[in-house]
Amino acid sequence: MYDTIIIGAGMSGLAAGIRLAYYDQKVCILERHTTIGGLNSFYRLNGRDYDVGLHAVTNFTPKGTKKGPLARLLRQLRFKWDDFSLSEQVESSIAFPGVNLKFSNEMDLLRSEIASCFPDQVDPFERLLGKIVEYDDLNQEIYEQSTREVLDEIFTEPLLVEMLLCPLMWYGNAREDDMDFGQFCIMFRSIFLEGFARPFKGVRLILKNLVRRFRSLGGELLLRKGVSQIKLDEGRAVGVVLDNGDEIEGRNILSSVGRVETDRLCLGSGASQVAKAGQLSFVETISILDRQPRDLGHEQTIVFYNDSNKFHWRRPVDEMCDVRTGVICSPNNFRYSPDDGDLADGVIRITALADYHRWGNLDEDDYRLAKIKWSDQVTAAAIKFMPDYRRFVIDSDMFTPNTIRRFTWHDNGAVYGAPEKILDGSTDWQNLYLCGTDQGYVGIVGSIMSGLTIANRYCLAP
Amino acid sequence: MTPGEIRTAVLDILEGIAQDDDLGQLDDSVAFREQLELDSMDFLDIVMELRKRYRVQIPEEDYPKLESMGSTVEYLTPLMADISA
Ligand SMILES: Cc1cc2nc3c(=O)[nH]c(=O)nc-3n(C[C@H](O)[C@H](O)[C@H](O)COP(=O)(O)OP(=O)(O)OC[C@H]3O[C@@H](n4cnc5c(N)ncnc54)[C@H](O)[C@@H]3O)c2cc1C
Repeated sequence: MYDTIIIGAGMSGLAAGIRLAYYDQKVCILERHTTIGGLNSFYRLNGRDYDVGLHAVTNFTPKGTKKGPLARLLRQLRFKWDDFSLSEQVESSIAFPGVNLKFSNEMDLLRSEIASCFPDQVDPFERLLGKIVEYDDLNQEIYEQSTREVLDEIFTEPLLVEMLLCPLMWYGNAREDDMDFGQFCIMFRSIFLEGFARPFKGVRLILKNLVRRFRSLGGELLLRKGVSQIKLDEGRAVGVVLDNGDEIEGRNILSSVGRVETDRLCLGSGASQVAKAGQLSFVETISILDRQPRDLGHEQTIVFYNDSNKFHWRRPVDEMCDVRTGVICSPNNFRYSPDDGDLADGVIRITALADYHRWGNLDEDDYRLAKIKWSDQVTAAAIKFMPDYRRFVIDSDMFTPNTIRRFTWHDNGAVYGAPEKILDGSTDWQNLYLCGTDQGYVGIVGSIMSGLTIANRYCLAP
Repeated sequence: MTPGEIRTAVLDILEGIAQDDDLGQLDDSVAFREQLELDSMDFLDIVMELRKRYRVQIPEEDYPKLESMGSTVEYLTPLMADISA
């Protein structure tokens, strides 16, 4: 009998596990995959390490900062700032035809960019900042306001609205076309007011720290142990059944696998509502270069691009991918310490929207061909916004919605989960709570916060 | 435990929570909230650490007494008198 069973060893499950094990609970994390990390994992191919997920850790605040999610989660997990060894981004940008807005971890850069590209939007932008600073999370009603309506009231320049939405939707919006205003505020703070950083060693450093801490506190982590059913008794969750038929009992259960997916574990597949699940999935082409990106004139950390004045955030309907918008990320372009130097390989990653259903229905040969075709098309679209790097590529791979599905088991390979978030983490059953993506906080820092918040609220409160 | 020992114990808990802070300059009469910017999650942590380490139970209505180091030590002194350091 466990005090708490946690389903999923992603960021949120590991964080919740550390918190509970620290306060002497008997905790077990069950993970279906062969490895930890969920969406933020990594794999090896041709002798190289590839990250799935991690472009950048958002919510960067410098050492010594006491406010904000990063400082908070370090305190909650009892880590030192140095344990995550974060190096700041160089500079990023939002690139639309003819207009480029640069931003960095200093808010004043974006401010001055807006002043020079959109001089008459300076005051509206300050008004928006005021609203964002005021915004207080966890009020479901305000959270669900339409961001487009709010922004249309503030700004008179529609292009600026599209440009502000582009990075924030890319890094955390599960809804098509529009965005919940709460999510917008959270993402705005985490990207524009705080900022981007990355550990030199990538996401594996953070994962290693989390898992080592969890185990040293006596937590149990079981890999290749998928949960196929959550056992219910008179409206209460009482335990889980594993894929291999074993049963485990627990007083509380935290599920990080998504709300639709969790409902299905409770009610069986007949109750599945895949339609309620998210629709937004990605492909990403990862190219290894024979030189550092800056040697070919590309110094930006992340570029969010869009090829027209209107930003489209939807599942592609006619094609397997939508290459009109994308994200160019170079893990080389962070300010690593002189001791670390440069990453061994130059890397360019380009992300585009993809349709899970089309990717999921391919046989093996077609899948391989589709990867080559779309890798080329995504790259061709991206090099309109950066130097052409194709001659310098020495190795490459592409991950697809199928990969995301394999790492997370999310319905539709939905990166940010279901559009409807459950901010208080509650479910229809007692003793069963949601953490992670579908509780509402996404991203690395967000999902860790989510695991902590839900563990504190339901499993630890005295 | 004497008030001095209790102060050391609380300091140790705070050092565990805010690992990057230098607590050498802590002013016992100023609220933790102001000096260390601790939030409600952190206050819950102080309560839970006291329970974990010393089995002291603090009812919710008494949380305001943990405002500063001074008030915390004063509040804990009778509760922890019988605990050996
Ligand atoms: C391409 C891409 C780029 C990204 N880039 C960034 C970035 O740059 N910065 C950032 O902050 N965030 C980024 N993210 C988002 C971030 O990765 C996620 O928000 C975060 O990892 C979610 O964590 P989680 O714990 O909520 O869920 P998950 O990571 O999905 O964890 C859920 C876990 O549960 C397991 N599981 C599922 N079903 C079962 C079952 N039945 N039984 C047992 N186990 C099960 C899964 O295998 C998985 O390990 C990116 C995501 C993607 C896809």
